[in-house]
Amino acid sequence: MIGGLFIYNHKGEVLISRVYRDDIGRNAVDAFRVNVIHARQQVRSPVTNIARTSFFHVKRSNIWLAAVTKQNVNAAMVFEFLYKMCDVMAAYFGKISEENIKNNFVLIYELLDEILDFGYPQNSETGALKTFITQQGIKSQHQLKEEQSQITSQVTGQIGWRREGIKYRRNELFLDVLESVNLLMSPQGQVLSAHVSGRVVMKSYLSGMPECKFGMNDKIVIDKQGKGGTTDDTGKSELGGSSGKQSIAIDDCTFHQCVRLSKFDSERSISFIPPDGEYELMRYRTTKDIILPFRVIPLVREVGRTKLEVKVVIKSNFKPSLLAQKIEVRIPTPLNTSGVQVICMKGKAKYKASENAIVWKIKRMAGMKESQISAEIELLPTNDKKKWARPPISMNFEVPFAPSGLKVRYLKVFEPKLNYSDHDVIKWVRYIGRSGIYETRC
Amino acid sequence: MTDSKYFTTTKKGEIFELKAELNSDKKEKKKEAVKKVIASMTVGKDVSALFPDVVNCMQTDNLELKKLVYLYLMNYAKSQPDMAIMAVNTFVKDCEDPNPLIRALAVRTMGCIRVDKITEYLCEPLRKCLKDEDPYVRKTAAVCVAKLHDINAQLVEDQGFLDTLKDLISDSNPMVVANAVAALSEIAESHPNSNLLDLNPQTINKLLTALNECTEWGQIFILDCLANYMPRDDRESQSICERVTPRLSHANSAVVLSAVKVLMKFMEMLPKDLDYYGTLLKKLAPPLVTLLSAEPELQYVALRNINLIVQKRPEILKHEMKVFFVKYNDPIYVKLEKLDIMIRLASQANIAQVLAELKEYATEVDVDFVRKAVRAIGRCAIKVEQSAERCVSTLLDLIQTKVNYVVQEAIVVIKDIFRKYPNKYESVIATLCENLDSLDEPEARAAMIWIVGEYAERIDNADELLESFLEGFHDESTQVQLQLLTAIVKLFLKKPTETQELVQQVLSLATQDSDNPDLRDRGYIYWRLLSTDPVAAKEVVLAEKPLISEETDLIEPTLLEELICHIGTLASVYHKPPSAFVEGSRGVQHKRIPARAGSGESAESPDVGQSGSAEAPPAVIPSQGDLLGDLLNLDLAPPTATIPSVQPSMQMGAMDLLGGGLDSLMGDESDTLGDIGGSPSMGAGLGVAPAVMPTALGSTPAVGGGLGDLFDLGGGVGMPSGSYVPPKAMWLPAMKAKGLEISGTFARRGGVIQMDLSLTNKAMSVMTDFAIQFNRNSFGLAPAGPLQVLTPLSPNQTIDVSLPLSTSGPVMKMEPLNNLQVAVKNNIDVFYFSCQYPLSLLFVEDGKMDRQVFLATWKDIPNENESQFQIKDIHLNSDAASNKLQGSNIFTIAKRTVDGQDMLYQSVKLTNGIWLLAELRMQTGNPNYTLSVRCRAPDVSQFVYQCYELVLKN
Repeated sequence: MIGGLFIYNHKGEVLISRVYRDDIGRNAVDAFRVNVIHARQQVRSPVTNIARTSFFHVKRSNIWLAAVTKQNVNAAMVFEFLYKMCDVMAAYFGKISEENIKNNFVLIYELLDEILDFGYPQNSETGALKTFITQQGIKSQHQLKEEQSQITSQVTGQIGWRREGIKYRRNELFLDVLESVNLLMSPQGQVLSAHVSGRVVMKSYLSGMPECKFGMNDKIVIDKQGKGGTTDDTGKSELGGSSGKQSIAIDDCTFHQCVRLSKFDSERSISFIPPDGEYELMRYRTTKDIILPFRVIPLVREVGRTKLEVKVVIKSNFKPSLLAQKIEVRIPTPLNTSGVQVICMKGKAKYKASENAIVWKIKRMAGMKESQISAEIELLPTNDKKKWARPPISMNFEVPFAPSGLKVRYLKVFEPKLNYSDHDVIKWVRYIGRSGIYETRC
Repeated sequence: MTDSKYFTTTKKGEIFELKAELNSDKKEKKKEAVKKVIASMTVGKDVSALFPDVVNCMQTDNLELKKLVYLYLMNYAKSQPDMAIMAVNTFVKDCEDPNPLIRALAVRTMGCIRVDKITEYLCEPLRKCLKDEDPYVRKTAAVCVAKLHDINAQLVEDQGFLDTLKDLISDSNPMVVANAVAALSEIAESHPNSNLLDLNPQTINKLLTALNECTEWGQIFILDCLANYMPRDDRESQSICERVTPRLSHANSAVVLSAVKVLMKFMEMLPKDLDYYGTLLKKLAPPLVTLLSAEPELQYVALRNINLIVQKRPEILKHEMKVFFVKYNDPIYVKLEKLDIMIRLASQANIAQVLAELKEYATEVDVDFVRKAVRAIGRCAIKVEQSAERCVSTLLDLIQTKVNYVVQEAIVVIKDIFRKYPNKYESVIATLCENLDSLDEPEARAAMIWIVGEYAERIDNADELLESFLEGFHDESTQVQLQLLTAIVKLFLKKPTETQELVQQVLSLATQDSDNPDLRDRGYIYWRLLSTDPVAAKEVVLAEKPLISEETDLIEPTLLEELICHIGTLASVYHKPPSAFVEGSRGVQHKRIPARAGSGESAESPDVGQSGSAEAPPAVIPSQGDLLGDLLNLDLAPPTATIPSVQPSMQMGAMDLLGGGLDSLMGDESDTLGDIGGSPSMGAGLGVAPAVMPTALGSTPAVGGGLGDLFDLGGGVGMPSGSYVPPKAMWLPAMKAKGLEISGTFARRGGVIQMDLSLTNKAMSVMTDFAIQFNRNSFGLAPAGPLQVLTPLSPNQTIDVSLPLSTSGPVMKMEPLNNLQVAVKNNIDVFYFSCQYPLSLLFVEDGKMDRQVFLATWKDIPNENESQFQIKDIHLNSDAASNKLQGSNIFTIAKRTVDGQDMLYQSVKLTNGIWLLAELRMQTGNPNYTLSVRCRAPDVSQFVYQCYELVLKN
């Protein structure tokens, strides 16, 4: 298991050092600094073995988190734990920076003591942790007995992510379907790979211990219902928006630990008791019938050895009534670029020498439109034998629909013990599609 | 208030100041002081001098302060054991506190204080906490048992904590269960033989129930523990799989990977024709692909694991090539791993896409990545024959870029392509020669020289080219020197007239001016060859080379099996068994995959049909691919493919050894499996691969060895299987084999033929790298796996090994019929000996003939094929004899009694399908039996008689 956990600043100075196992000595702290942090770019793997000691590291801005072990630990678990550690710290004191870590080092030690015991990760849900690791200096006598046992049963219990007795005057929930659409297209316009990775983020402000059921236009579910002849349309009108579009094939999905996985496996129904506040209910991935919101058509011509002509057309491919926002096209330029002239029909374009790219920004663009940019790039003559690698043209944007075609069909809430029903809950759904890695080779 | 100020106090006299502050009356000041102490401790300053003062602050109701003091204690208690005792009272008191958080904190901290005296005091509180009413305390206490065990294992056993821990597996709280499982697993790991984690269907059921309810981390502990379980049968295996599959949808990648591990392992037990098996295979792909959308570090772990999974079960991801395409912004470690997997998945169906991608990558910036991409193109050419031409033209395009390292890498892989498809692409040689001057890496130079030497007759100025290299001969690396020597000798043999001077020059450079023994020896060998018999030299040096095979970097099947059992862990990231990087006893156990139901005890001894055995691919390299194939499809290719180099080296004798060695100079490179013959230093052309295989192919050989010993002790009687095993005979005396002594015998156990060997080292030095091969023999006996000598054999040590044999090797009639010629290799030399096996080895289990068929066959076999023998001095009645013979697969079909004479009619079937019919006549009171044997191959009868005699008399 994890033998120790260290946090360093960018210089390699230790900010936090917590050793869990006897086989990890103080020299491990230095070994990592010398062999990884100071080695700069030489280390090419997130797992390093130095003198029979294994180091796992992740970086957050310029802070290094390193877990150390001498055993054959579950590597995936260690990384998941390090990410979780970052989440927990962020939930307590915001951005992970040297300043914040130094300011909260006592808290961090307290957290590390709680969420990692002898190197075994323990309950690390912020919701639960915040009930008893507060930095208020709890005096043990002042805590009521019930309160204490409530805390412990929550930390160890089956529903470790939610405490009892939550009350809201207004029961409300927000669902965000956030998708990032990824594309790799050949210069000829052939889709080399495309996929959507989506997340359903829920903000729940519900009283008691509500039992929820979430439904979407999952092909498997719809087909099953279609066969049975009982179409369950009750939920549809409730949340509106779903114009009865066909179902989508989900390649794979993963769920927050509140979702009952065995039930999903057997019935493909998504039921759960949600944590309070904001959390990620599910992640999913689709590869079929993706709506690609933009198409990029590049044209690069080398004129002699000192000039390049670039023309890029972008076409929007969605309903004309919808508006895409924050559109940005990034056209890479060679390292020996000396000057660039740009002409674009819409938006603003600029050559950014520091980034070796022409950045073309458009605030808004409606569906079924097209726009164009052309540029002349002057090159310095070089005797560098190596050809320019021509990195792909990348794009950023945001569209108000889900490129995968996913629709929320319903989210039902049941709380039998309290006197509110599904109809009393105010529900909001929002779809946002963003570009992930959206690249066209040129 | 900001705490960062504590990090900046670095004045002198600080310790004194702190001391004063710690003893202050004001609580706030005290707390501040402790914080400063902890900050100094973090930065690495020694603040142990403050021990008594800090411990004095322990008695407080401020939880935050208490935790800080505990943190200090954990760090320094070991250096101040006597003072640490002062803290014990507080701990013991805290363990009784009404607040469960405090109780847990006390027991948690106490376990981290590694002071013997304190551990004694820990026992009572721990015992109470293990039975605490609050689950939070119990889950903490469970881990504490593991801590205590790490400090003092004996104490934990004496105090009976292990049993309490086992009871916690049935706890009502899932987190307590999970922690108990984690603690028990860890303790069990340091006691490999204890049956601590006594997993049985009941406990498994409890674990599976807890799996649905506990935290993500708890699920990982439980899944990792489940993976160690061996289901009783395929049904249990399936039901566990069914309950584990929902975990594949968990958001936590580690849960997913651990679930994959359990499934990959248990799947092995399911019959392949089962519908569920197919369903399971389909279910595995999507979660694996999803792992690739995780953060890059996790992607890396996932990719390393996918690399293993793809080798074990390529079918799972064969349609998912695209997700492994490299993204421009992927970190380099992700890129390199993806590239590896792309090559593994490359097939005729997707090769066009893959090639287009690889070509893109070859123009990227990162040198390592570009090199690997170029190399990958070469590997595609070798793997997918249809694509070879396209690959070669892609490589030529890349050479035209003139980017130095691209060109060099391309030349190295083109050499490999030449070795796979000789005489097909020489047209590109001209282009290659143009780049001769830009080559500065030894590997590329050696490759280019090899090409020039190999195709010397078609390159007009080959002599000039090679001569140009010769100028700086002594500055070249050994690799290049060796290559140059061979290339020039080749050239000379092809164009003797104009290159005599050149060859003399290189021979003298190699033999007289070099300090390198390899180079010198090779030079001498050539010199003598050329001077004594140029024709022979030609045959040796220009002998046809074996083709190289596609998979050059597959993990050996045994290691792969073990790594599959370690999916998700560091071992799977390093692609090394845990013993390679973990110190001490932990992780030394080798895990293995359970065998498929119905495949007998060993996954490696497929029941091989006679068909196709003789035409094992003639000269393909000891392709581990085939071995893998065997593991995957138990009924596929014959296992002879594992050591195919037997045939050539055996037939051609010493000649071939030389030829193989000299010609495959590439043997120096790690990635060429080309040297089938083995370079001289490797010796004897016994496939190198088997010798380096570190672990047992399966459990059978090792277990078999043990069994063999037992049987030997018993003098070879009364075995459960009943077949007679002769005692070990001396086969190879130490005198003849430079100190290696081999004795052995043969046995047939549960339908598997085994050769039991005792290897004794009577020399003064350690022996390693054992390997074994058989010459062709009458019944096609061949090793079904490599010789499993895992540890070096030290002087005066004896190792018993059991080598499973198959009967699918090449067949050649021997004299006598049951003669077997064996070659055993070790680090010292190769030794040959011959031995004889009892024919009963080949009597198969289904040798009982139908009565009617027996009668018909008996009549059908001509009389002159009948032989009669006398077996003397047997004191058995007919039933006892019949039973005894049945044990050796000689089946009695009918018994007749005429005039006080018992007649047994018996049948025997040999592995090659030959039937033997026998009539055994015995008269009561007469110790002499008469045996009449009828067989279509009368040569065998004699040996059958010997078997009868052996079996009946022992």
